[in-house]
Amino acid sequence: MSIALTTADQPCEHILRAGNTNCAGCGMSLGLQLLEQGLDGARPTLAIPACCGIVTAGAFPTSGYGVPVAATTFASSAAVATGLSTIAELNEETEPVICWAGDGGTYDIGLATLSAAAERNENIIYICYDNEIYGNTGGQRSSATPEGVRTTTTPKGKCEVKKDIMRIMTAHRIPYAATLSIAHREDFLQKIRTAAATRGFRFLLLLSPCPTGWKSEPDESVDLIEYAVRCGLFPLYEVFDGERYRVNVRPDGTPLEEYTSRQRRYTSADVDLGHLQSEILKQWRLLDGLCNAFPAEGKMAGRAPKRN
Amino acid sequence: MARELITGNGAAGYVLAQAGEANRSARGCCCGAYPITPQTEIIEYLRGFEFAKGRVVPVESEHSAMAVCIGASLGGARAFTASSANGLAYMAENVFAAGYFRLPIVMIAVNRTLGPPWNIWADQGDSLALRDAAWVQFYVESHQELVDTILMAFRIAEDSRVMLPVMVCMDGFIVSHTQMVVDLPEQQQVDAYLPTCSIPHRLNVDRPATVGGLAWPRETEHMRHEIQQAMERVPAVLEEARGEFEQVFGRRPHGVMSAEYVDEAETVVVASNTIARTVRNVIEQRRVGGEAIGLVSAKLFRPFPRDAIRAALHDKRRVAVLDRNHSPGSGGIFWQEIAATLQGCDVEVLQDYVVGLGGGDVTPDVVNRIIDDLVKRETSAEPVWEEVTA
Repeated sequence: MSIALTTADQPCEHILRAGNTNCAGCGMSLGLQLLEQGLDGARPTLAIPACCGIVTAGAFPTSGYGVPVAATTFASSAAVATGLSTIAELNEETEPVICWAGDGGTYDIGLATLSAAAERNENIIYICYDNEIYGNTGGQRSSATPEGVRTTTTPKGKCEVKKDIMRIMTAHRIPYAATLSIAHREDFLQKIRTAAATRGFRFLLLLSPCPTGWKSEPDESVDLIEYAVRCGLFPLYEVFDGERYRVNVRPDGTPLEEYTSRQRRYTSADVDLGHLQSEILKQWRLLDGLCNAFPAEGKMAGRAPKRN
Repeated sequence: MARELITGNGAAGYVLAQAGEANRSARGCCCGAYPITPQTEIIEYLRGFEFAKGRVVPVESEHSAMAVCIGASLGGARAFTASSANGLAYMAENVFAAGYFRLPIVMIAVNRTLGPPWNIWADQGDSLALRDAAWVQFYVESHQELVDTILMAFRIAEDSRVMLPVMVCMDGFIVSHTQMVVDLPEQQQVDAYLPTCSIPHRLNVDRPATVGGLAWPRETEHMRHEIQQAMERVPAVLEEARGEFEQVFGRRPHGVMSAEYVDEAETVVVASNTIARTVRNVIEQRRVGGEAIGLVSAKLFRPFPRDAIRAALHDKRRVAVLDRNHSPGSGGIFWQEIAATLQGCDVEVLQDYVVGLGGGDVTPDVVNRIIDDLVKRETSAEPVWEEVTA
């Protein structure tokens, strides 16, 4: 039966094998490598919906992945992962089940599935690599696309604001939620370790540069995320049980323009940087308020799943 | 074996739970569960059942119900669910995925009208819309047939020569909500009848594989051809499943179809689900009056049992097909299949009757009118909408 015949044509020591066909400068590729480092030898099973992450596998019968992968329908990764993790739990298997999904499959078409899996506190790590577009189909807007930028379906710039998926997910009071940066390796690895050591639903958001969609230089991808964190656009923080907050890296006054000027999705549109800057300040007022009112202190035990 | 007065939904839930439990010594079982009328009592029963090694996941949609089954099945477990009508339509993408993934999931389809208009009553259009989804499909007449078919469904689905999902379809309300006396199996009988579930391509960290990724046209066509070959093996696997069923349970369940009084008849009526029972009663009464009329009660729809249908009908003078389903712009869906099957045969009249759409009662009077109409016909005509034009 040939659907079962995907072969391992190389040693399988890596989650992402060498020779994959991902674009140069792809934040998702770097994310997969950091994920592996943070897992400290654990061998995950991945559920990947339609997105660049499954194109990464390449063509049958070979695969760019060195771990088991279920290629799910677009909206279904969190539900397929529910089935996989349920059977793993019933058989006392402890290797993690991880959803690896783009923003389209997370913010848009897969949101109901994701919300339901979070509400049930399934024993899943869900990682959204957010490149702020439908990258796989050539760069169309999603609800993760920032206000102002150009995509192939917002030729005059997007007029709506980016959806705040972290607030949506933390509202589910899941045991652990955090943001990830490919420019902050130690922070990234620590959060993977925290997620791996926590039971229940864990949501991680990775801002993932897409040079073809962002119209940026591939060799500047890591720098872009560095600027995004330093200017405050992409806060690095953790939320435990949806109610205890910790900021990991504070903005250092780097101008927003360091981030936007290197991406023609911003520069070719008529983006109001002053407006975006004021939105960043509002975001931080909210986050600081939450951190002050509900600080995360010491070791945070996540809310363990209950089953009946 | 317990004889109990039980609804179709109650019997379906009872047997699904036993089948799941029968896999407790292997990787367990899982059900993605979402309610819809008239299926709801099945998943209520399953949610209340205490599995030794299993879980019923209360999901947020039918789409995710099937996705949970897909994940569990890819994890090597026995997986099952149930749905109806718009739920099946909403689930459709993952119904196809389960088939193309070659996962032996069993689903109960409680046939209900696809809305709009909003209509909760029996109509086969919901499951027949999924006829091309690489699922084996059975249509059952009665409560007992439902129980027996569900048990055989797991055997067929999980047989290594098949490895395809199976859908067992019953009429909404007419079976799902009425009570009949049924022989219900004991757990140890189900344990004896169902081998533990073994899925050769389950995901396994020791043997990493990507299941369902990109495939080029030739490879894809090859996979589709393998599904066709697996479908073609279903009738023989069903025969084995019947024989072993008889050994364990002491009665012989149905095969690909049931042909009754056909040999001596010039006129045959083809029907499925509960309509076949009404037709049987009418035919038996008319036989008393000297009319030689036969019945084909269709059970297996995918794969369509062409050889058996052709053998039963090829030399008949007149054949009526009663369809509680309709493909707009064509006609009844069983009729389409039978017309294609009887190409080149000597059947003078092959007449389709679209009946009981939206759950309308197909009474003995209706069936008598159809037979009266059929025996007067000298040539086939376009499908007749019996109750609209009567």
